Amino acid sequence: MTAEPTAPQNDPAAAVLKRAHALTADYGTAPVKAWKEKNQGGLAIGHMPIYTPRVLLEAIGVLPVAIYGAGDKDIIRGDSYFQSYICHIPRSTIELGLTGMLDSLDGMIFPAICDVIRNLSGMWQMLFPKKWAAYLDLPQNFRPEVGGRFYKLELKRMARELHERGAKALSDEGLRAAIKDENLRRVALDKLAALRSDASWRVPASEAYLVTRAGGAIRAREHAALVEEYVAAANKRSGQPKDNVRVVLVGSFCEQPPFGLIKSLERAGCDIISDDLQLGIDYMEGAIDEKGDPLDALVDAFLHKGKATASRYIGEGRKGAALLDQVKRAKADGVIFAAASFCDPALLDQPMLETACEGAGIPFTSFKYAENTGQFQVIREQAGAFSDAVRLWESAA
Amino acid sequence: MSLVTIGNKGLKGAPPAGAEGSAVTVPVTKDASQQRQKRMIAEHFDRLSTAKEDGKKVAYTFVPGNLTELMGAFEMLPVLPEINALQSGMRGKSGAYISEAERGGHSEDVCSYVKCDIGMLRTGNVGPTGKVLPKPDLLLLSYTGCFTFMKWFELLKEEYNCPVVMLHVPYQADGIITPEMRQYVVDQLKSDVIPQMEQITGKKLNLDKLSEQLARSRRAEDALVKVWESAKNKPSPIDGYFGGVYYIGPIFSAFRGSEDAVAYYEELLAEVNERIKDGEGPMTPAGVMNNQKYRLVVEGPPSWTHFNEFWNMFSNEGAIAVASTYTRVGGLYDQGFRHDPQDPLGTLADYCLGCYTNRSLPSRIDLLEKYIKQYSADGFLINSVKSCNSFSAGQLMILRELEKRTGVPGAFVESDLVDPRYFGKANIENRLQSYLQMLEARKSGALAAATAEKPFVIGSNP
Ligand code: SF4
Ligand code: SF4
Repeated sequence: MTAEPTAPQNDPAAAVLKRAHALTADYGTAPVKAWKEKNQGGLAIGHMPIYTPRVLLEAIGVLPVAIYGAGDKDIIRGDSYFQSYICHIPRSTIELGLTGMLDSLDGMIFPAICDVIRNLSGMWQMLFPKKWAAYLDLPQNFRPEVGGRFYKLELKRMARELHERGAKALSDEGLRAAIKDENLRRVALDKLAALRSDASWRVPASEAYLVTRAGGAIRAREHAALVEEYVAAANKRSGQPKDNVRVVLVGSFCEQPPFGLIKSLERAGCDIISDDLQLGIDYMEGAIDEKGDPLDALVDAFLHKGKATASRYIGEGRKGAALLDQVKRAKADGVIFAAASFCDPALLDQPMLETACEGAGIPFTSFKYAENTGQFQVIREQAGAFSDAVRLWESAA
Repeated sequence: MSLVTIGNKGLKGAPPAGAEGSAVTVPVTKDASQQRQKRMIAEHFDRLSTAKEDGKKVAYTFVPGNLTELMGAFEMLPVLPEINALQSGMRGKSGAYISEAERGGHSEDVCSYVKCDIGMLRTGNVGPTGKVLPKPDLLLLSYTGCFTFMKWFELLKEEYNCPVVMLHVPYQADGIITPEMRQYVVDQLKSDVIPQMEQITGKKLNLDKLSEQLARSRRAEDALVKVWESAKNKPSPIDGYFGGVYYIGPIFSAFRGSEDAVAYYEELLAEVNERIKDGEGPMTPAGVMNNQKYRLVVEGPPSWTHFNEFWNMFSNEGAIAVASTYTRVGGLYDQGFRHDPQDPLGTLADYCLGCYTNRSLPSRIDLLEKYIKQYSADGFLINSVKSCNSFSAGQLMILRELEKRTGVPGAFVESDLVDPRYFGKANIENRLQSYLQMLEARKSGALAAATAEKPFVIGSNP
């Protein structure tokens, strides 16, 4: 991530935003190096965007590091690994690997997001044979005794393999402590979400994004403190509500839109109240149970509290229900569908979600991007037209 | 991905069922196996057309990881939307169907099979034989080797509002099937799939009936493996890609486990053996192919919209496919798997887990390397289709790695399954011709020194 929010020095949140930016600069390498210096022999494990059980990693003393591709970095070698009709994040992630930007990582986890990430896991095994690489098959069956059982075994397998490489053994005690920390983060992220909803003029989405993403290469407890600090600081901001439209941003759960694109949406009069940008860190609705067997609690949290996304089967549930609920909770006026070009899961999901919005009378607009998109003019104009239309619609209603 | 449900060796005179509108021209010498397959398919579509009156339940499902024997045990009739899509491609209808879906809001970036199916549905759901397909009583989501399957059936669920049952088949990321993976699939069969089928059909599962089906599957599989392995002969009596997609029709679709399928494969094998005895090659669009100059292994699905043109590009130049991975999407029998009637649910799990696109990229490369060596291939071709991330993501690495390991040069072309906009005929033809010329020069020794140092790549050279 290269662009940064430019808060004025007298802004109460300036200091925390500066720290958040430093944590995300250079693909999170600085915090990883700092952590490794403090924790000699400790393992740092990268993971692709969504649903990674970071709690498990923290429980065995491993630093989880969210990897989101290389943003707008020039791609020189990664392009030769993928055809032009495949999205951007796998090529830029390979680029990071081949250019040594991920050397401080001891391994990578590829959660089951889509066929591209799945195949990338095999490519990674071949390109970096000395590093640990695991594909994490997330269950699509949500019965505790079936999908839950399988997922639990997957988690144990990962913990065992990492233990063989120097991580601590998985223990109830370690897991309980990590769950507590994750729940602290949950509380902090919920406060951030509430502030976005109640006083969006105090929390630009670009800042909320930065502050959430800053947790990608630090432990949950540390991240919780950072988010709390930001929320407290943002709360101190004065300022007046703006005449912006409130939107939910959907479809950007894997390859991340450029920072400039989020800013462009804001400038076009769209307050992003809620989004699915950070499903690697912020993937649960509610806290993980702190009583009972901690591994069961972690499994149960994925099965029953995992946020909806295109990569997750919804069984007999109604498609789009989760989005409508998200819109309602955010008191949003409309939805922006923003998917990475060639992102099969997001783009195949979109027509169904659009139908749900149509049925509920929720206005929406859609566009595609790539993580290295440099021009936002067209998107900004489109978002501007959308926000004008929504305002008109509301004043007519 | 998927396959053709018809035809056979006699492609020359045999447009696949329902492919009346395609550009196939040719005489009419049909093998008995071909005629049998044609009849089987026609009967299946007849059964489908009267399914509702006959009180038969219909399940839509996918080719990889299909549970045909289980459906057979419940006397459910399968419909395979992938096959409908490819048939639409061959009949020249897919372009219009895809446009219809895109007009309805589907992105140009996504899998064209899905859009073709949605377009077909929106325009009357007329199947390959011209009869309207029945609506599904169940969407059996065999979630094997492709994430798009889930989206596809979510979309169909919106259209049909019928039950969906998900069978999540874990990915062989480390190239092995672990006991945990197998147990998970068996658990889902017991907890979700079978109860759902019992509820819909009003019948209890008869395990003996299932085992009988599985025993028949095994016989058909034995024969099919011998057909594949016949390509080790020179000349090869089969084309293992273009011809191969006809051979897999019955076993990857509605017929595995049936007496018909056993009869078809035994008949096909007898015909192939006859050709071996006579030293004869297979029928191709360019005639019987005895002069086989280049033996190729092919990775990736074909372009259905230009199937015969594509095949012609090979056969006109004397290139024959001796093995292909696409013909293994519905089961890798030649790597030892057979359905086991003694362990009905476990064997269904092993089957689903073992399909080609459910295998890790390194194990796909291992398999291709094996084919190149075992089938004495002169080269290999990757047809990279825009639609299919499951197949295509990583194919440039497959290309490189195979060249490195085998010293055999590869070619790389890009097209699509059923979206005619992505078949650049002249471009593909030029690439293929240059590639084959290079193989020729290499054979004659002119390029031996050069290729020993650096393998040739034609196409999207990384
Ligand atoms: S952007 Fe979409 S298609 Fe690309 S890797 Fe991510 S989920 Fe898969
Ligand atoms: S993505 Fe590939 S495997 Fe999946 S449905 Fe499309 S063509 Fe078939």
